[in-house]
Amino acid sequence: MKPPKFSYLRPNDLAEALDLLAEYGEDAKIMSGGQSLIPLLNMRLSTPRYIIDIGRVKELHGIKEEEDAIVIGGMTRHVDVEKSELIKEKCPLLTEGIRWVGHTQIRSRGTIGGSIAHADPSAELPCILTALRGEIVVASKEDEFTLTPEEFFLSYLLTSLEPDQLIKGIRFPKLNKNSGYAFEEVARRHGDFALVEVAAVINLDKDGKVAEAQIALGGANAVPFVPLETEEFLIGKEPNETILKEAATLQLEDLDPEGDIHGSKEYRRYLTGVLLQRALHTAVKRAREGVVV
Amino acid sequence: MKETLVKVTINGKEVAKEIESRWLLSDFLRDNLGLTGTHVGCEHGVCGACTVLINGEPVRSCLMLAVQADGCQVETVESLARADGSFNHIQQAFANNHALQCGFCTPGFLMSLKSFMENNPTLPTDEEIREAISGNLCRCTGYSNIIKAVKEAYALNC
Amino acid sequence: MAQYVGQNVKRKEDYRLLTGNGRFVGDIRLDNMAEAAILRSSYGHALIKSIDTSKAKDCEGVIDVITAADLEGKVQPFTEFVEFTLPPNLEKDIKPIIKKNPEPMLAKDRVTFVGQAIAIVIAENRYAAEDAIGLIKIEFEPLPVVTDPYESVKAESTVIHQDLQNNIQSHFEVSVGDVEKAFNQADHVIRARIKTPRVSGNPLETRGVVAEYEERTQQLQVWSSTQVPYMVRSYLSKLVGLVENNIRVVAPDVGGGFGPKCAVYPEEIVIPYLSTKYKRPIKWIEDRLEHMQSTRHSRDQVHDVEVAVKNDGTILGLKDHFLLDNGAHNSFALCCAYNSAAHLRGMYRIPNYDITGQIVLTNKTPNVPYRGAGRPEAVFVMDRLIYMIAEKLNMDPVDVSFKNFITPEEMPYDTDLFYRDGANMVLENGDYPGSLKQAMKIVGYEQFREQQKEAREKGKYLGIGFSSYIEGTGIGPHEGAVVRLDSSGHILAFVGSSPHGQSHETTLAQICADEFGVSPDQVTVKAGDTSLLPYGVGTFASRGAVTAGSAVHVASKKLKEKLLAIAGEMLEVAASDLELQNGKVYPKAMPTRFVTLQEIALAAKPGPRCKVPEGMEPGASATHYFVPPTVTFSSGFHTAVVEVDKDTGFVEILRYIVVHDCGRVLNPMIVDGQIQGGVAQGIGGALYEEIIYDENGQLVTGTYMDYLLPTAMEVPVVEMGHQEFLSPRNPMGIKGVGEGGAIGPPAAIANAVCDALKPMKIEINTLPVSPNKLRSLIEEAELQEMH
Ligand SMILES: Cc1cc2nc3c(=O)[nH]c(=O)nc-3n(C[C@H](O)[C@H](O)[C@H](O)COP(=O)(O)OP(=O)(O)OC[C@H]3O[C@@H](n4cnc5c(N)ncnc54)[C@H](O)[C@@H]3O)c2cc1C
Ligand code: FES
Ligand code: FES
Repeated sequence: MKPPKFSYLRPNDLAEALDLLAEYGEDAKIMSGGQSLIPLLNMRLSTPRYIIDIGRVKELHGIKEEEDAIVIGGMTRHVDVEKSELIKEKCPLLTEGIRWVGHTQIRSRGTIGGSIAHADPSAELPCILTALRGEIVVASKEDEFTLTPEEFFLSYLLTSLEPDQLIKGIRFPKLNKNSGYAFEEVARRHGDFALVEVAAVINLDKDGKVAEAQIALGGANAVPFVPLETEEFLIGKEPNETILKEAATLQLEDLDPEGDIHGSKEYRRYLTGVLLQRALHTAVKRAREGVVV
Repeated sequence: MKETLVKVTINGKEVAKEIESRWLLSDFLRDNLGLTGTHVGCEHGVCGACTVLINGEPVRSCLMLAVQADGCQVETVESLARADGSFNHIQQAFANNHALQCGFCTPGFLMSLKSFMENNPTLPTDEEIREAISGNLCRCTGYSNIIKAVKEAYALNC
Repeated sequence: MAQYVGQNVKRKEDYRLLTGNGRFVGDIRLDNMAEAAILRSSYGHALIKSIDTSKAKDCEGVIDVITAADLEGKVQPFTEFVEFTLPPNLEKDIKPIIKKNPEPMLAKDRVTFVGQAIAIVIAENRYAAEDAIGLIKIEFEPLPVVTDPYESVKAESTVIHQDLQNNIQSHFEVSVGDVEKAFNQADHVIRARIKTPRVSGNPLETRGVVAEYEERTQQLQVWSSTQVPYMVRSYLSKLVGLVENNIRVVAPDVGGGFGPKCAVYPEEIVIPYLSTKYKRPIKWIEDRLEHMQSTRHSRDQVHDVEVAVKNDGTILGLKDHFLLDNGAHNSFALCCAYNSAAHLRGMYRIPNYDITGQIVLTNKTPNVPYRGAGRPEAVFVMDRLIYMIAEKLNMDPVDVSFKNFITPEEMPYDTDLFYRDGANMVLENGDYPGSLKQAMKIVGYEQFREQQKEAREKGKYLGIGFSSYIEGTGIGPHEGAVVRLDSSGHILAFVGSSPHGQSHETTLAQICADEFGVSPDQVTVKAGDTSLLPYGVGTFASRGAVTAGSAVHVASKKLKEKLLAIAGEMLEVAASDLELQNGKVYPKAMPTRFVTLQEIALAAKPGPRCKVPEGMEPGASATHYFVPPTVTFSSGFHTAVVEVDKDTGFVEILRYIVVHDCGRVLNPMIVDGQIQGGVAQGIGGALYEEIIYDENGQLVTGTYMDYLLPTAMEVPVVEMGHQEFLSPRNPMGIKGVGEGGAIGPPAAIANAVCDALKPMKIEINTLPVSPNKLRSLIEEAELQEMH
């Protein structure tokens, strides 16, 4: 279990990184935290000719607040997000969810860009970004643009990223002070990739009815799944347990999770309903309390 | 094979070496520097036996290229004992509480805990301790003596 | 004078291990050392049509590439492991069919499981060796694959080893009493198919070998991560044709074993051979992917069992037919299978008993005895049955246990069959009902039942489950010790066992220290090195403390007698009037007149100043080989309290209690550590771990992402209760403790889960109890309730 031979390239800034990608992208792998890539190298499941280590690209590091959004650079590590006071205040859903990524030792190297680019259907970040209705900032030597999660995530471990492009970062709207949010996940063991996970944000109107609902389901499909009908169903309703229960199972038939030894297709589908109900329950409760913990 | 120069500070000592860029940090420490206290149990990031501190934070040395450590401070288990060779508080608590059997996993636990205790100076709950060591597998002890040891390490550190 | 035995003496092993100064095989670095990597089969069953190593040989840094052809005439293939064959009287009694089924060193023209070694690359380092592995070209012709043992036994199944005619490698029957009669008298007969799946012991340190050959002296030095260095030496000598005395095998610090390192592997023969061929030190360290595929697996038994009971819960008889899926080879005779048969009735008085075991071959990794070795499987059957009987008769499972226990008054209890060592299987002592009572007291059984009701009203599902075990521990044939006083007055104890976490350096020093009236710091224990003693066995089967402990005890006594005799000469006092304390020997009547151990050591040297009494050999050393009459029977009761999340199928263990008897406790802290660690492995098997193959014989659980070892989040603190019935079968009354913790959890946890979901009828007859599986069972039960 040792990495195969490769040429190691280490750009110092974004322009250099994009130049290298333009030149070698077809035969190269970007390395950020290496927490998904290095296991693949060690098992020789990935044998790139070039590794472009973007660890020193300053432009990709950091968390910034814009007027109504938060921008996180692609090279920002999970641990930096986990510990960020800004994130805790403006988007506690992310603070809560990111703790589910592996273990401390993984989060101290793993990055936001890497997690998004790796596109594991059970990974927390793609699911949370989708629930937040955020977007992915993509850069290449030619241009820079943003993609929605629907545009970006194509299938299991597959994205629309071209070989000469990298993820510059992610951007997502701040949560409203009174938003209720929840992140629910179960995994076989603590720290494992999720069997399924649910990220949900609920806003209530002054009568206590659902004004807005943003939900994303992870591990339940090849890409993060937004149950649009469920969201619509909830709007304008008094979110009591009966309604939440009904909402939670409304779209299970639309899910097409991949079954494996840890959970069959049917089980994951069923489990998504259980977790969705729990997530909605928590999100509504928090929305009622109007607290951002 | 093209070699890359790596300059790192390891256990307080500066080291500069040319190395094949594909070498894992774990192999660099063990094979090139003879620091065999850092163990490898899985080489895919799950067991935690290879945990070292990079700039004070715990990382899997099997999931890091040696060249990525360039410019970093690396700490390994060999740095833990006091200058006179006596145990530090975590090592002492491990010995007092029989928190190791074969000892293969132990260096990884010690390094994870060093960082955890520095970041959480007051005595955590059992559940928090469990979570803190959940990224380290031990096949021998069943963990309960390790948890006991962590609590004692807090007491010894006072 | 037990000053140290029985105390929580801190471990002597810990300093080096805590400071990063341990020395595991992987830590060994020698000048000019080459490293090996191994190409393994990616097919479950195939013919090898051709192997082309030319590209690999040209690869940068490669020294050579070796295939089976290169070993022909140089390294003999394995024969069976004679260490595991049956004693003649047992063989005569049960007349088993056991077909010889040795494993090749490297696959030649056929592979029979994924992970089987085919070619070895020797290179300047492991990176280069792995590069070359990728360049070896092999042409395979796939053959039909058999992975299901029930398919494998069918007449039309593909035969894995042509010379065996079919895939049933072994067959045996054991019978006690009159089972047919018992079944005729029964009020109820309960039948079940109960399966313990394949798991892997998975020590955190993988296997590894370093070998160095010194041509000048023809000495071959081998370091191996093994539990049995003497066995490695003997097969190396036999299969490579070397003088045994020229081989030294050392098991340095070993990072866990648990059984998988308890036999010789092809790499332990071939790597040393290659170091003699290339005249360079060679190192091979197994990586985790190789480990999952090629280090032997375990368990994998399916029992079709029937039990005859009366209305009051009395068990009249039991019939069982089981298959052990041993993978592609079996070199261990009936080891685990016979253990299952011998232990299945456990603590229960079942006078009529018939069991048939078949060891079946499939295209999977071969099996090895793993912690518990056939007992966890047996206990999972027996204690599930106790639960099912209770269900059927509407009784409390503990009452079914109490009804059927062998009582203390019946001890010693003859089980009417032979143990695997050929002796009559007689349980020497113990109080089984007492251990259940103690467990119930610790858990607060009555209160728990109340709490369970209250929780249920709040929609919480709590459950309690029990399991019991007896275990023959400390199997022979022998273990030796040499105890010696060196010229500085320091005591050395050399043993033939080979620890890998069991703390021999500490516990054996405690035994020795007590004899000599010194502190354990003045005793150095050495083990795991064939240069220490001519004969040794190893550390497995909960035998270390019983066998090596007894050997050290007796050898120490012998040496003490000799030292007193020498001191007697020195002090001119009769040896019987002397006392040894604090490293000094003095007349009981006059403690101020003494000689020190160091002075005695000098007086033991041959020559003019020698004070060794006439008739004794000079020297301050004594040897003892302890040959146990048979095994000693440890026992215990496990109790699990769980909460089931009925909606998700997840199980959380709230409490876990073990009450056990391991005879004389040498060091309570270490005994408790063995139990806690064993329980963690048992919990793994109960809830998380399973080796899975797909229908093509591909290993699905080939990494630590798929094969789930429990973390600190999954293992509770085990609460313990102790019984101490000293065994009369060795001088200190020790019984083994290494495996007990791992034996009980599957049955206790499965029973607890069933109990939590009552009155729903859930039958957990296979493991692990994964959330997915449990949800399916719940759904089935709910469907049935509706109909
Ligand atoms: C034991 C273990 C447990 C884990 N558990 C979880 C878990 O529970 N949940 C979870 O989500 N993840 C988990 N992970 C994966 C971990 O979160 C990874 O860190 C993450 O998926 C990838 O981030 P990285 O920075 O390490 O990326 P790398 O490994 O460096 O790269 C991953 C992939 O993304 C590409 N890439 C990286 N950065 C960019 C970029 N900026 N632009 C374009 N492409 C890029 C790389 O080329 C590569 O293909 C686990 C990993 C391990 C080893
Ligand atoms: S060896 Fe690095 S995590 Fe296992
Ligand atoms: S002490 Fe052996 S793996 Fe932890």
